[in-house]
Amino acid sequence: MKKLREKMSLPIRKMVHTILGILVVFIVIQILSVTGVLSSSLENLMPELCFYAIIAVGLNLCVGFLGELSIGHAAFMSIGAFTSAAFTNAAADAIPSVGLRFFIGLILGTVMAGLFGFLIGIPVLRLKGDYLAIVTLAFGEIIKGILNVLFIGKDKDGIHIALINSNQESLDPETGKMIVDGAKGIIGTPHATTFTNGVILLILTLVVVTFLVNSRTGRAIQAIRDNRIAAESVGINVTKYKLIGFSISAAIAGVAGVMYAHYVSSLTASKFDFNMSILILVFVVLGGLGSFRGSIIAAVILTLLPEVLRGLSSYRMLIYAVLLIAMMLFNWAPGAIDFRSRLKERFKRRKEERP
Amino acid sequence: MSLLTVKSLGISFGGLRAVDDLSFSIEKNELYGLIGPNGAGKTTVFNMLTGVYKPTQGTFLLNGRNLTGMSTTAISHAGIARTFQNIRLFHEMSVLDNVKVGLHESISYSTLTGILRLPAFFAKEKAMNEKAMELLSVFGLEKDAETLANNLPYGAQRKLEIARAMATNPVLLLLDEPAAGMNPNETEELMKTIRFVRDHFDMTILLIEHDMRLVSGICERITVLNFGQELLSGNTKEVLQNDQVVKAYLGE
Repeated sequence: MKKLREKMSLPIRKMVHTILGILVVFIVIQILSVTGVLSSSLENLMPELCFYAIIAVGLNLCVGFLGELSIGHAAFMSIGAFTSAAFTNAAADAIPSVGLRFFIGLILGTVMAGLFGFLIGIPVLRLKGDYLAIVTLAFGEIIKGILNVLFIGKDKDGIHIALINSNQESLDPETGKMIVDGAKGIIGTPHATTFTNGVILLILTLVVVTFLVNSRTGRAIQAIRDNRIAAESVGINVTKYKLIGFSISAAIAGVAGVMYAHYVSSLTASKFDFNMSILILVFVVLGGLGSFRGSIIAAVILTLLPEVLRGLSSYRMLIYAVLLIAMMLFNWAPGAIDFRSRLKERFKRRKEERP
Repeated sequence: MSLLTVKSLGISFGGLRAVDDLSFSIEKNELYGLIGPNGAGKTTVFNMLTGVYKPTQGTFLLNGRNLTGMSTTAISHAGIARTFQNIRLFHEMSVLDNVKVGLHESISYSTLTGILRLPAFFAKEKAMNEKAMELLSVFGLEKDAETLANNLPYGAQRKLEIARAMATNPVLLLLDEPAAGMNPNETEELMKTIRFVRDHFDMTILLIEHDMRLVSGICERITVLNFGQELLSGNTKEVLQNDQVVKAYLGE
């Protein structure tokens, strides 16, 4: 056991600790909900924690490691959500098992979001810094706009796709069924997302990104972030590795989208707006660029906070904002960083003084 | 055949002729210097030889292969490595990882192999670590392997840049002002390192330098650039004693 611990590199050890932490929290929450201590509204929030943590980890790969500020990540989430929800609804007759449909939908949603990340990345990743951020924002709005006018229906003749609402009339009145209904989105998706499969997917995501970052590809991605010219000079294909990083980040956002789609009762494109993208970015920045563990913790705290503050009714969002500012300062103000390191020193010394 | 042949290379930025009609050739295992006053176009020559700029005139050949107009990445694969005047390390990565990025092409496995941690991952990573540590110990940096590149002292950063360049397994090494910002002791040590790299790796080196002690100490032949044009080429000692060269540096 000790040997194994020595063999693991620091980032891998950190990942293992984080996974153990997640599992402990998972077990505690399970015990609390079985014994009835946990309120049902908090219990319902648990899957939400998982998919926000997943997308925060995915965005951290893009912002923290690739060094590209994306403020349109909610769009990739929406692509994963709509793809999988459309599938689970359309295949309801063909595949009766909800679990199997969810699983296939998960794969489809992830791949589709990754594919869109790749396609959008080709033009977008030619830009740098602020320009890239603004264009990702624009792409997010475009995708939201398209999903808002997308109509997909199904009848005995097959699948009908249209961007105007003429679909309904052409559907066979007896066997016809609207799957994606424009701005009304998708309703009736089975609630397949649970706390358990959320935790499994979160751990899986964490393992994938940690392994990726600590591999040849991950080093190339970080090298491009640190110094693009130097990376080219040692023979790294910058476009290729930027696209790999961006696509994987988008695919992970797709995973979160799939979970979201199977969690809410009605899935609408308007939910995946600028606010959602910024909220995810706040998780990443608060948790620390380059720290997956930080992203998870920040996502959990900031998702729980509004629920915990519910008692304060109308002051809720005010307190939320003040707490957010306080947490940002505590984490990132130079004085606070100094203070924390001094505190750490003192604890260390006290530990050493003790026999 | 020369290792590097530069034939009437030139580049214009708008109306400005930054480098004009430059020709020289470097033999295998040679230590060649490119000197000249500030703004003479030395770094521009390096940027053309590494594909950062595309020459508007002339060609250059490495071992007889024409590399003119190729991308930086392709030129690196062809065997030209470089360091930078203003150090460009991957500053948020460890010293070891900096060198491992240099090994990117020579020891390779796919992204999927990395994510799935297939057996090839462990074998290749082990080979990378060994090769990188070997290079680091050549430059006396093995103790700092886990340090962030940013936290290295200045002289060590210069060395790490050379180590990273050597990791790409080049046939020609370009050093852009390696002694910039160094004190005489550090420069002395650097000269030893450069000579050692040449002998140990059987390397051919082209360097830009202002420090005349370093140039006269280690370069066998030099080319003097002035206002983008070749002023004189030849044996280091003879060139440095030439009146024209002295005038270019010190003025009338």
